[in-house]
Amino acid sequence: MKPMFHRLLGLAAGTAIACAASGAMAADITGAGATFPALIYQKWAEAYKAKTGTGLNYQPIGSGGGIAQIKAKTVDFGASDKPLAPGELDAAGLTQFPTVIGAVVPVVNLPGIKAGEMTLDGKTLANICLGKIAYWDDAAIKHLNPSVNLPHTAIANVHRSDGSGTNFIFTNYLSKMSPEWSTQVGAATSVEWPNGIGGKGNEGVANMVKQTGGALGYVEFAYAKQNNIAWIHMINKDGVAASPSIEAVQAASAKTDWAHSDHFYVILTDQSGHDAWPISGATFILVYKHPQDPARLKDVLKFFSWDYENGGQMAKDLTYVPLPASTVEAIKKSWHDNIDAAAVP
Amino acid sequence: MADVALPSTRLPPSLSAALRRFGRSDVRFRWLTLAAAWLVLLIFIGIIVSLWQGAWPAFRTFGFGFFTGTVWNPVTEKFGAFPAIYGTLVTSALAMAIAVPVGIGIAIFLTELCPRPLRRPVGIAIELLAGIPSIIYGIWGLFVFAPFFQQFVEPWLIDVFGNVPVLSTLFAGPPYGIGIFTASLILSIMVLPFISAVTRDVFETVPAMLKEAAYGLGCTTWEVMWSVVLPFARSGVVGGAMLALGRALGETMAVTFVIGNAHHIPTSLFSPGTTISATIANEFTEALGDLYVSSLVAIGMILFLITFIVLAVAQLMLRSLEARSGGRSQ
Repeated sequence: MKPMFHRLLGLAAGTAIACAASGAMAADITGAGATFPALIYQKWAEAYKAKTGTGLNYQPIGSGGGIAQIKAKTVDFGASDKPLAPGELDAAGLTQFPTVIGAVVPVVNLPGIKAGEMTLDGKTLANICLGKIAYWDDAAIKHLNPSVNLPHTAIANVHRSDGSGTNFIFTNYLSKMSPEWSTQVGAATSVEWPNGIGGKGNEGVANMVKQTGGALGYVEFAYAKQNNIAWIHMINKDGVAASPSIEAVQAASAKTDWAHSDHFYVILTDQSGHDAWPISGATFILVYKHPQDPARLKDVLKFFSWDYENGGQMAKDLTYVPLPASTVEAIKKSWHDNIDAAAVP
Repeated sequence: MADVALPSTRLPPSLSAALRRFGRSDVRFRWLTLAAAWLVLLIFIGIIVSLWQGAWPAFRTFGFGFFTGTVWNPVTEKFGAFPAIYGTLVTSALAMAIAVPVGIGIAIFLTELCPRPLRRPVGIAIELLAGIPSIIYGIWGLFVFAPFFQQFVEPWLIDVFGNVPVLSTLFAGPPYGIGIFTASLILSIMVLPFISAVTRDVFETVPAMLKEAAYGLGCTTWEVMWSVVLPFARSGVVGGAMLALGRALGETMAVTFVIGNAHHIPTSLFSPGTTISATIANEFTEALGDLYVSSLVAIGMILFLITFIVLAVAQLMLRSLEARSGGRSQ
């Protein structure tokens, strides 16, 4: 009893010092990185704290920052919109797993065209972005939209100027659909755009598209949904004109063989599935395989495991797409396979 | 004279102790201010060293080509800073070309021509402009200014100058509403208060006697301003302009919103471009890979150098101005 009391006292003193030093609860888990999932992480953290008393201090400083912070071991987990290649993970002793899925939706501004009235496929979209298709009444676009009255208006491409997961998903999709895009531009959080103008953030892109007649841009699914912008259908791998919805994005993940993927290094663009939305991508968490403090990592994994089980509706409310059950199973299996047993809940 | 007996050079002990105490506190004060001065230098050196360290991988990889390269491709990790440097210099120069005459005009109006009851309200309004955070200018520029420009101003300019040889290329291209032109205008509005406030203060230091003498000789207001007030206040005006230029060069958020953020050399005033600070603000958070981050730090260092050169040139200009006016008065 007595040593226990002493230990508690020592712990309390240590906590007090830590509190004074950092201004945060010592029991809180800390994370930093991607801005895209910050809202849902904060929402989950609120609910989780109410349930368990363990809080989360998540700093949305950007994926690059998150990767740097976890490598510097200043946080319990890092978050990145772009999965790290297996080689890079191994070199740093890290492992990664997805949390929620985001989708990117192309949006247009053409007279009389409302949300969901146009259809494009990947090849055509890539050619538009490359500048090879310059006018809306191009034969390739007409062929996909026989019933739409397309004007002879120049296409103004609008892209995200700030480095973002949205850019990565979008350019990754274009790279898969067009070898020319893949060699000339490539896929990254920022790329060298062949033409067009850059808006800052979803707001910047959406506003530019709204203001510019003949504009084609792309925004996060949640943003398009909340702002009722004229999104377009995309022909997916199965040849179906998919529309962006939570179900369609989940469908993109459902058939993916996450369990056999190398460190979940999967980008969910152009996945098969009847209704699958082709421009989707998960956001990722980075943790150490052999943590210095297994107890803290255990707290982190407990948090995410609770989120997978209870956070689906919260995610949907914020128009994020929760992972399907099969994916969650694969994630939990990967924890057991990769992370020290002491840290796995 | 020499032998006048001073009434004892020895001070009473209480007084000499007090003097010693004062002396000590003087020394302490001296050290305190010296430390404060050194702190600035240390911070300055620290920034240079860390900038250089961060930028070194980029300079080593690309060499001098980093300054002249026009490709900015994060995927293939090829980086050239020229479009950003060019955009920074062009937008700042345009902003100054607009803001300096207008700013001086405001100052002249406020000091010479403005009815007394209007002076304070107008002066305060201009100073308030300086207090608006740049993000507000950015949002205002994007949501109010840019659409207005796109619908009315830019199409009109394209029409008007469409057949004039040089100007038609300057005012060409699709009117996006955002680009070099809009960014420069927003910048000029942002730096305007610096120029007009400093200039007004300097104008007010011009001795009334000089002006009255000039008026007495039959000068018009314009002649008084041009030949008496401006020459007298020259160095102050240049100082205010340089302060404004410093802000224009480094301005980030407002420019990021309205410049279009394209890593190309803009061909016309309406085409999108980018600046150094806009590039850093856009790309730093999600920059992955050592060379990419290093290149962003490197352009930061270039901006630092540009600002340094601008300040140095301003100093030289001021010095030659002073030398010239000194020579004339002799």
